[in-house]
Amino acid sequence: MATTTATTLRLATAGSVDDGKSTLIGRLLYDAKSVLADQLEQVAEASKRRNGDGEIDLSLLTDGLRAEREQGITIDVAYRYFATARRRFILADCPGHVQYTRNMLTGASTADLAIVLVDARNGVVEQTRRHAFIASLLGIRHIVLAVNKMDLVDFSEDRFDEISRDFCEFARGLTGVRDVAYIPIDAKHGDNVVHGSERMPWYGGVTMLEHLETVEVAGDHDDGRLRFPVQWVIRDPESGEREYAGQVAGGTVRAGDEVVVLPAGVRTTIADVRTLDGSLDAAEAPRSVTVTLADDVDVARGDMLCGAADAPEPVREIEADVCWMADAPLRPRGRYALKLGTQSVRVIADELIDVLDVHTLDRGAAPAELAANDIGRVRLRVSRPVVADAYEANRATGAFILIDETTNDTVAAGMVSRA
Amino acid sequence: MSRTLTHLDALESEAIHIMREVAAELEKPVLLFSGGKDSIVLLRLAEKAFRPGRFPFPLMHVDTGHNFPEVIEYRDRRVAELGERLIVASVQESIDAGRVTEETGVGASRNRLQTTTLLDAIEEHGFDAAFGGARRDEERARAKERIFSFRDDFGGWDPRAQRPEPWNLYNGRVRRGESVRVFPLSNWTELDVWSYIEREGLELPNIYFAHEREVFARDGMLYATADFIERRPEEEPFVETVRYRTVGDMSCTGAVRSDAATLPEVVAEIAATRVTERGETRADDRVSEAAMEDRKVAGYF
Ligand SMILES: Nc1nc2c(ncn2[C@@H]2O[C@H](COP(=O)(O)OP(=O)(O)O)[C@@H](O)[C@H]2O)c(=O)[nH]1
Repeated sequence: MATTTATTLRLATAGSVDDGKSTLIGRLLYDAKSVLADQLEQVAEASKRRNGDGEIDLSLLTDGLRAEREQGITIDVAYRYFATARRRFILADCPGHVQYTRNMLTGASTADLAIVLVDARNGVVEQTRRHAFIASLLGIRHIVLAVNKMDLVDFSEDRFDEISRDFCEFARGLTGVRDVAYIPIDAKHGDNVVHGSERMPWYGGVTMLEHLETVEVAGDHDDGRLRFPVQWVIRDPESGEREYAGQVAGGTVRAGDEVVVLPAGVRTTIADVRTLDGSLDAAEAPRSVTVTLADDVDVARGDMLCGAADAPEPVREIEADVCWMADAPLRPRGRYALKLGTQSVRVIADELIDVLDVHTLDRGAAPAELAANDIGRVRLRVSRPVVADAYEANRATGAFILIDETTNDTVAAGMVSRA
Repeated sequence: MSRTLTHLDALESEAIHIMREVAAELEKPVLLFSGGKDSIVLLRLAEKAFRPGRFPFPLMHVDTGHNFPEVIEYRDRRVAELGERLIVASVQESIDAGRVTEETGVGASRNRLQTTTLLDAIEEHGFDAAFGGARRDEERARAKERIFSFRDDFGGWDPRAQRPEPWNLYNGRVRRGESVRVFPLSNWTELDVWSYIEREGLELPNIYFAHEREVFARDGMLYATADFIERRPEEEPFVETVRYRTVGDMSCTGAVRSDAATLPEVVAEIAATRVTERGETRADDRVSEAAMEDRKVAGYF
C-alpha cells in the first residue's frame, strides 16, 4: 500500500480497439492487488454471462468504455487509481480512435508517461504512430511500447525485435521524448505486466510495473525557471496584509527571490512563502502556496511573478499547435476567449498555418479550416499582452484552452510553440 | 502533478488550485458540507486555500431530517469554530411544500428526495457552482466525470456532452440558471482521504469509529435502528460493535463490524480492506449496475 511519502506517476494508455488495453489495465490493477472483492465478484459474474467459461475476463474490470461503445455514446476518458509501496498511479484510460482524439488529449494532457499498445501480430500500425506522436506533442517524455499478445506469435524474440526496431526508427523523429521502454507482454496471462515471464526467458528487461515504479520523471514539466501565476489575492482581515495565492508553475519560489510582476514589468522581492501551516523556505512546482511581496505593488489575478533574470517578454501574438475539439470548425478570423493559466484574454485566429495529416503525420499546407479532432498550427492575435512560455519549456505556462463565448464550450486545447 | 511532492501534497495542491479557480471565476459558489469525511476534508482544503481570509462562499447542508444526530452536532460545532455561514436546505420542508412525496414502507429512504431539495436551493440562492466531495474511485460513472462538471438548467449531467478538460485549465463559464459541480477530490482515493485526515489531525463525527449500536441486518448489511425506519418482522434488532465508512442518510447507510476505535486503526483497516466503500455500505448503489449514472443524470451529486 501507498505510504505517505510515495510520489505519484500519471500515465495514459492508448491503443487500437482489441489490442488488449482493457485487459492490460485489468491485469495491472489485479496483479497489483488494487481490485477489491466486490469488484472482482461483479467481474466474475459478468465473465460467466459473457463468455460462459470459468476464466475471469480482466478486461471487464474497466468495462466503462465497452458499455459506451455498445450504447453508441461518446467514448470518454476514465480514470483509475492504484498504488504500490513505491508509488501511486493515476491512470487515464483514453480512447484510441481518431474520432476521439480530443478525449485522448484531455486524458493524456497531464500524463508523465504514455503506454502505447500494439498487437504483436499486427506490429506498428498507423494508430501506433499517431498515439506516440500525440504523446510527444503533449510533452510526455516517457513512452512504453507494450508489445501485447506475445502468446499469439509464439513468444518470438525475432518478432519482438522487429517491432521494436520499427518503432525506434519512427520515435527518433519525436522531439521531446526522452526514453522509450520496449516490453513484450501477454496481458491475458500476465507475462511481464506485474510478474516476469518464464515463457520469454530471452527478455532481460524489467516488467511493466517495475518500469512504472522506477521511471524518473522529475523535471519533466518545466525547465526550472520561476513562474508563479497569481490566482487569487487574500487580504488578512486583521493586519490588512495581502497574500498572493497560486500554484507554482515552474521552478522554485523562495523568500528573497528577485521577481518581476508581468505583464507590468515591475520589480520586487518575495518576502515570504506560506501555507496554512506556516512559512516555507521554498516551494517548488506544482505546490499551491501564498507569497507576500516586499513592496506595495499592484498585483492581481492574471499577473505572473517570474524570476527577474529569466522573465519572458509579454506578447501580443502567439503561435501554437491546437487540437480542435468542437464540431463547428475553426476558420481564419474566428474569435474566442483564451485561458492560459490564470490569464483570460480574447483572441482572433489570424492565420491557420498548417494541419497535421493524421495518416502520414506530415504537416500539410495552410488549411481553410480545422475540423473536430484536427491538429494544426495557428497564429493567434491577443487583445492584451499575455505572458507565456513555449510549451516545450513549461507545460503549465505554455498550455491554453479556447472557449467559444457564444456557447461557452471549450473548443480547443493549445500548446504554445512560440511566444 | 507528481515530481518530487509526496502524493498527498500533490493532491492537496491540486485541490487548493481548483478551489481558488472557482472562487476567482464563478460568481456565487457554495460548498456542500454534509459532516461526512469527504466534506470535512473539503473544509480543511478551503482553509488552506483561503485563510487568513474568509471563505468566498457559504456552506450548505442538504438535511434529510434522517441524519445521524452525532453528525448534525458535529456539523454545527465545526461551522461555529470556522466562523463561516451555513445554509441548511431541508428535505422536510420540500415534503411539507409538496415538492416531493415521502416514500413509505420497508426500504423507504429520503435519499432520492435530496436531489429536488438541492436543486431548489441552488436555484433559490442563485448558486452557479457547488463544491462536492465526490471521488472518481468511488464507482464507474464517477470515473469518467470531469473535475468541473457542467449542469444544465435542470441540474442534469450529460455524460455525452462533457466539456473537454485538458491540463488544469477549467472552463467554468455558465449561463444564468446553469451551474457547475466541482469535485476537488476527484483524484483522491478512499485511502488518501483517510491518510489526509490522519496527517492533518482532523476531528471526525464519532460514528466513524467503533461504537456499540443497535442495528438490524438487511440484504447482508447492517443498518441502525431508528423510529423512522420500518423493519420487517424478521429483522430483529441486536447490539453490535460497528463503525461507518461513509455517512449519508441513516436509512441507506450501512455500518461495518469493526473494533477500530482510533484513526490509525481505521486507516490500517481501510488499507487492508477488500471491499469498496460503496459496495459495502451504500444501499443506494446496489439497486442496479448503472444506479449512480442514472441518479447523476437526474442531478444527484
Ligand atoms: N491471446 C491473447 N489475447 C489477448 C491478450 N490481451 C488481450 N487479449 C484478448 O484480446 C481481446 C481484446 O482485448 P481488450 O482488452 O478487450 O481490448 P481493447 O479493445 O484494447 O480494450 C480480448 O478477447 C482479450 O481477451 C494477450 O496478451 N493474449
